[in-house]
Amino acid sequence: MTGDQFEDKFKDDLIPDAGPLAGAAGEVSDMRVAVSDKIAGVDSVAARAALADVAREPGAKKPDPILIADGVVRRYGGLTAVDVEHVEVQRGVITALIGPNGAGKTTLFNLLTNFDTPDQGTRVFDGHNIDKVPAHKIANYGMVRTFQLTKALSKMTVIENMKLGGTGQKGESMWRSVLPFTWRAQENALEERADALLDRFKLSHMRDEFAGTMSGGQRKLLEMARALMVEPSMVMLDEPMAGVNPALTQSLLGHVTGLRDAGMTVLFVEHDMDMVQEISDWVIVMAEGRIIAEGPPASIGQNKAVVDAYLGSNHGSALDLDTEL
Amino acid sequence: MAFLSFGGSVAAQDDPAESVGGTMRAKDDAGDPIFVEGVEFTVFDADGNEVGTGTTDAEGVWLVRLPGSGVYSVELNVDTLQGFALRNVEKNPLTGVEVQPNTQKNTLFPLGERVVEEPNSIRPVQLFVDGIKLGMIIAMCAIGLSLIYGTTGLTNFAHGEMVTFGAMIGYVFHVTWQFDFLGSWMTSLAFAAVMATIITGAVGGLFNELVWKRLRNRGASLISALVVSIGLSIFFRYVFLYQFGGRAGFYRDFRIGDQVEFFGIFTMLRKDIFIVVFGSLVLLGVATALRKTRVGKAMRAVADNRDLAESSGIDVEQVIKYVWIVGSALAGLGGVLFGLTENVNWEMGFRLLLLMFAGVTLGGLGTAYGALLGSLIAGVFIQMSTLLIPGDMKNVGALLALIVILLVRPQGLLGRAERIG
Amino acid sequence: MDWGSIIESLVRGLIGESFIVFALAAIGLNVHFGFTGLLNFGQAVFMAAGAYGLAMMVATIGPAANRNFGWNLSEGTLFWLGIFVGVIVFPVIFALVMGIPTLRLRADYLAIVTIAVAEIFRIVVRSPTPGIKKWTNSSDGLTGFSGTFYDMSPFGTQERYLFNLFTGNQMFLVIVGWVVLAIAATICWLLIRSPWGRVLKAIREDEDAARSLGKNAYSYKMQALIIGGIFGAVGGMIRAIGFSVAQPDNFITDVTFFVWVALILGGAGKVLAPIVGASLFFGLLSFSDTFLREGVSADVIPDAIMTGTQVGQVRFMIMGLGLALLAAFRPQGIFGNKEEMALDDR
Repeated sequence: MTGDQFEDKFKDDLIPDAGPLAGAAGEVSDMRVAVSDKIAGVDSVAARAALADVAREPGAKKPDPILIADGVVRRYGGLTAVDVEHVEVQRGVITALIGPNGAGKTTLFNLLTNFDTPDQGTRVFDGHNIDKVPAHKIANYGMVRTFQLTKALSKMTVIENMKLGGTGQKGESMWRSVLPFTWRAQENALEERADALLDRFKLSHMRDEFAGTMSGGQRKLLEMARALMVEPSMVMLDEPMAGVNPALTQSLLGHVTGLRDAGMTVLFVEHDMDMVQEISDWVIVMAEGRIIAEGPPASIGQNKAVVDAYLGSNHGSALDLDTEL
Repeated sequence: MAFLSFGGSVAAQDDPAESVGGTMRAKDDAGDPIFVEGVEFTVFDADGNEVGTGTTDAEGVWLVRLPGSGVYSVELNVDTLQGFALRNVEKNPLTGVEVQPNTQKNTLFPLGERVVEEPNSIRPVQLFVDGIKLGMIIAMCAIGLSLIYGTTGLTNFAHGEMVTFGAMIGYVFHVTWQFDFLGSWMTSLAFAAVMATIITGAVGGLFNELVWKRLRNRGASLISALVVSIGLSIFFRYVFLYQFGGRAGFYRDFRIGDQVEFFGIFTMLRKDIFIVVFGSLVLLGVATALRKTRVGKAMRAVADNRDLAESSGIDVEQVIKYVWIVGSALAGLGGVLFGLTENVNWEMGFRLLLLMFAGVTLGGLGTAYGALLGSLIAGVFIQMSTLLIPGDMKNVGALLALIVILLVRPQGLLGRAERIG
Repeated sequence: MDWGSIIESLVRGLIGESFIVFALAAIGLNVHFGFTGLLNFGQAVFMAAGAYGLAMMVATIGPAANRNFGWNLSEGTLFWLGIFVGVIVFPVIFALVMGIPTLRLRADYLAIVTIAVAEIFRIVVRSPTPGIKKWTNSSDGLTGFSGTFYDMSPFGTQERYLFNLFTGNQMFLVIVGWVVLAIAATICWLLIRSPWGRVLKAIREDEDAARSLGKNAYSYKMQALIIGGIFGAVGGMIRAIGFSVAQPDNFITDVTFFVWVALILGGAGKVLAPIVGASLFFGLLSFSDTFLREGVSADVIPDAIMTGTQVGQVRFMIMGLGLALLAAFRPQGIFGNKEEMALDDR
């Protein structure tokens, strides 16, 4: 297609100015301000500032951790996929989890979201011990996750996808479901909230379409918007940039920082170093199942251990912005 | 299509106007119904003259033609009862048997429990041995089922019909056509078994080409394929019923009474010894082939992790083809053996399918060794459960065990936990 | 060829009591498979649960309780108790037995376990062991439980209704059956349009997505299994009342397969589809049965191709082949649309 057609198709997702996002004018700042339901008690600006005092070493303690994992080990057959002594995630900031292929990032991610159970270790989320808690309950505690292969439910419409995200729905009880008057009001309120979110993510025009008809990037946005319906305090993103065309990247990044600025904690796993450099406040690096480095994004590129880890499985110079693994 | 039907080997081509006969039925040690072969009858007329003799065939049927209507008496030679006891001893000989013109009179000589002369078997051991035999048959049939699942993800509900098919092919060759090379029925049976194996294997491969591969290529879901397999299972079962009738067929010339005693702790019928020995050799051969040959290793690799195998350069479609051929061939051979040890009927494979599922789930769905181990255990479990529960319910034990296993260790003994969802 | 009786059996097939029984069972299976993606191959067991719950209460358990505890429960009381047991208690128990081991695993496992439970049921109920036989009467089945039902009928037992198609008792059953069917369809409709139904749809497509949003997939699947089972049980109960006997051979695995064909024919996932599917299926079945039999007895179809007894077998063959072809080429059935079809998905 021509450049014009391309722009036409994706115009809703393109943001004209793609500079550094903190303090950017236009779409992004609208985004930040528009998020009216800020998470109470979380001052993301202060949280980020507090990171300056945190030691730059694996397992460093954070001033206000929302997620802590202790002594977590996961083995498959004979291999130890993950062996993390201690890791803490600071509340109200964006943390990136990176590492070369096979480092165990996805496994650790699944362990932290309780989609997998470790052989040993404890995980605490927002003060709750989540070791024995089934994956679906975690959402009720306030942690929601997305998937690398987007799970927008293609056989349901966009608005249905969104409404699915609402928690505490009375109508979801089997007994009440056959008595519409018991849940009608709540459903209407839910729909309003869903529409507002769709508006923010610029997906309103697709409201009544099957999610299966959306483009890949739109589905990513849908998954993120849907996750917000849960009103989470922490959002775990599994390779949010995977399969997204570059034109959409800035839009997505904008939404992610918007989440943080509203007080949500974000942790994402990524290969895309651009994203890591651009928006993360803190970076955790894994290799061979262990955490080998932690620190602000700028310091990571120089860290010897990190460079070794990447060089060992990739041929390229020290971590530069174009590294694609 | 009459030549393919079972039974009726005793009925003469030109039916006599009057005759007397009957069927000798009994129950074996496990409570399964069987027919008693080789029982001799003598028929006398009203004046005490011998009119004729008859002997029961493999289906327990005997018939003696009569010179005309009238009153006759029938005497059973108790020495030929092979250990069974007549329930009504005073009714032998049966006198006053009135035969009307143009009728075949049926007589009844009910049999009781098998009388064993000396305790020459210890029941638990006997049941264990019976269980090993049953387990081997299940194992032979189940390997294909498990590997098909492992390599293609298809739970093939029509697999039981391969077993039935093999048994029926064997029957046709051995009983209907009777290729008695060198005058011995054993060669006929061997030949029938070989043909059944080859033909069933070929049919399995054909099915893969025509049906399953096409479904795979069209991207049909596994659930779709599962329902297709159920539809085919129904279809073929009723084709078998249509063609072969509802009666059971028996392979020839195996006598019930031919027992061999082992160390005084268990006995085995000659045919069962053959089954166990032959079956062990085949299973051993298969197990070795899976370990040592390239194709065997490829099969196991694909069943274990298809994508990994493919990226190592294995031609997955080729492997799947072999799995279907070999798996079906083994099922066919298992069918012949199953028919040998019990009988051949239209739903034998379907009955066995459930036991196969029990064995394979126990051992680990998707693995070959798991299928083997699980089936053996299932077979032993089924037979030994009769120590506690009535014989007619022995399959229930295995099926219940299937459910319990899923609660406790769903991936089975040798399966991997990641494959079960 | 007696076309009159062929048409008559066609109409009876389309709207009569067999159709109602299977439509209810198909509605239940629709909740299982069409709404939730559960592979239940033991719907016949749920049907039997309804039939035997009622029959055992009235015929064996009730009288035994009366004897042992000195109670004096009337047949009427036992009848209503039996309905409760058959429609609620037994189906819930069966659903738990089938679901607890398998709903956390892949879909195939439920398929295997449901067939295993159906076989266990068949073996146990038919067992001649005295301890069991006194409760279930093994293969002869139980009778004497439908009196209370027919006593409520306003129709004359000796007269015929609706163009002479139905006797008084049959008419009553058919009308009651239609009412029950309407209620069942309405409940289903309400369910699928509710948030509960929405969660089921999500689970059917992708359990992990539903879980990540806080939905307890296991619990929803179990609820669906129970609800669908209850619909099946109601169908089975109507069958038993219709025949005035609860017999194991009326609930064999082939019955389950009939229900599947009816469901897929209509189009799994749509509320009214199982009803249409069951109607068509039974219409076709009855029509072809009578047609073939008439053909055989009128010698239009020569004996060499098919005898009277083989008619039943040929129908099954056609049914099996039909199911396979439907699943392969048109899994969405008549009313389903391709995108929504669960069958097309991994």
